[in-house]
Amino acid sequence: MTAEEITAVLEQELADAIAGADSGGMHPHVWVTAVRLHDVMQFLRDDSRLQFNMLRCVSGVDGPASNEIDVVYDLLSMQPAVSELWRARHAFAVKVRLDRANPHVPSVADLWPTADWHEREAYDLFGIVFDGHPDSIKDHDGLHPQRILCPDDWVGYPLRKDYVFPDEYHGIPGKLEAVPPGPG
Amino acid sequence: MAKLTDKMVEGQPDLLADLDAETLATDDLLTEEMLVNMGPQHPSTHGVLRILLRTDGEVVREATPHIGYLHRCAEKIGENVAPFQFIPTTDRLDYLAAMNNNQTFSVAVEQLVGIEVPERAVTIRILMAELNRIASHLVSLGAYGLDMGAFTPFLYAFRERERIMDLFEAACGARLTYSYITIGGVTMDLPDGFTDACREFLEYLEPKIHEYNQLLSYNQIFIKRAGGVGVISAADAIAWGLTGPCLRASGVRWDLRRCMPYEGYEQYDFEVPIGLPQGGEPPVPPGVPQPRVPRGVVVGDCWSRYFVRVIEMYWSVHLVRQALDRLRPGEHKAKLPRSLKLPVGEIYFEGENPRGQLGFLVIGDGSPVPSRVKVRGPSFNNLSITSHVCRDCLLADVPAIVGSIDIVMGEVDR
Repeated sequence: MTAEEITAVLEQELADAIAGADSGGMHPHVWVTAVRLHDVMQFLRDDSRLQFNMLRCVSGVDGPASNEIDVVYDLLSMQPAVSELWRARHAFAVKVRLDRANPHVPSVADLWPTADWHEREAYDLFGIVFDGHPDSIKDHDGLHPQRILCPDDWVGYPLRKDYVFPDEYHGIPGKLEAVPPGPG
Repeated sequence: MAKLTDKMVEGQPDLLADLDAETLATDDLLTEEMLVNMGPQHPSTHGVLRILLRTDGEVVREATPHIGYLHRCAEKIGENVAPFQFIPTTDRLDYLAAMNNNQTFSVAVEQLVGIEVPERAVTIRILMAELNRIASHLVSLGAYGLDMGAFTPFLYAFRERERIMDLFEAACGARLTYSYITIGGVTMDLPDGFTDACREFLEYLEPKIHEYNQLLSYNQIFIKRAGGVGVISAADAIAWGLTGPCLRASGVRWDLRRCMPYEGYEQYDFEVPIGLPQGGEPPVPPGVPQPRVPRGVVVGDCWSRYFVRVIEMYWSVHLVRQALDRLRPGEHKAKLPRSLKLPVGEIYFEGENPRGQLGFLVIGDGSPVPSRVKVRGPSFNNLSITSHVCRDCLLADVPAIVGSIDIVMGEVDR
């Protein structure tokens, strides 16, 4: 199916969840409201016309100018074949726009287990909280997925545009100026 | 009872003397769960990977990978430099396949900007990418043998890889981080005598692959260690986002070079090998001894993942030969402005790397520096299935499974 057809199917079946679409560009996608994201993703995976069986990538995109943060889900539908080459049915992307101060979106790790690590990474680097994530912990930041790339006690979300690198971490200087002058 | 006392050291007090046979029998069977830390510095974790194992005797109840020891926030670098300047960072993602990383990122940016790459440049790129695929699979093959206790194949594999490194060094001066393939083409044309040296190497390598099969692939000890271990079903492989040889070993005939062709791969003749049950005959190029899957192998097990890479080496040799035949004189690089402005727009592009599908999401905002570069590392996704596969397997199988997934931590941690 072409991107236009996929968009049309979604707008027909889940009209209230679709907040916009761009099916013309190089990266065709629909905008989905955060509360309905899980329904849309489930539909994309299970509908017989769409069958997006592979979640390729989950990316956070920070937009401090508009005080918004986006999550981009890249999906791929692979058509099975017996003893022949599988065919690529279609590729599509789903985007959801969140409030930068308090970004919350439902987890899709129950639909595609690969989302588990991707969502942990998006929390780690962007601070996006995926509600219902299977590997969540509760601390002073509330209930959120575990960090994955940074240490558990890291402060801040490094891929946010306004992130300031810490001066020190457990006695390790974070900036060149902070390095104490050595002998000589 | 007699058995237990037999083992005791003479002269030591018999601690079990007061216990009756029944208590002894149950105590002997009961095991205590134990947490075992595998890594971050463990020879079989291929870099700085730590796997926390909850073991019950010899059985692993839970395996939790802890990653991030090599995290350098490459994506932050990507949104602070121009795409040309990001190429050296892509070298350091999957540092065993730097050419393929360069190629995938370049194609992503070229498609975003709309750059036409000269034909000669495309051919050189495929040549280099496939050579690098061989080099990467050689490391994988050798290191996997090492994990399974076979030292010799490792040395042989590195001997062959050395010659590929020499070819790359002749082309671009570097032996590991090439930055050779760049946006618009390749940084410099091939040196004189490269094609002859390359052909000579292929003639040398092809019979060697058969040798590896006889030395390692069909080795009974190796089959016993890797065959039927860590089986991943096709459905699981897709659900966990596995790509590359790990996906194909589960019986999924999927290769981006064929299924969603880029760089003109559709004009090349090659087959996509998949994991086969015992007695299966994977397709190989003409003139090569027909390999056969031995007894004790199941589709989707560690041995299949290993063997798919071996067969892919045959096809990469075949592809390099075709690329050499296609080389015509011409430009090696498109004429580009010194400061390349990215349009307002975005692209998500995936290329078939030796370890799977490397993806780049590049978002341009009209300036020369992208506003976002997201890297989807194939090893990151492939590794995420570890805890699922390692559940209830034997402790000794954990290195076999992790080794067969063939991860490069530079790409997992980025």
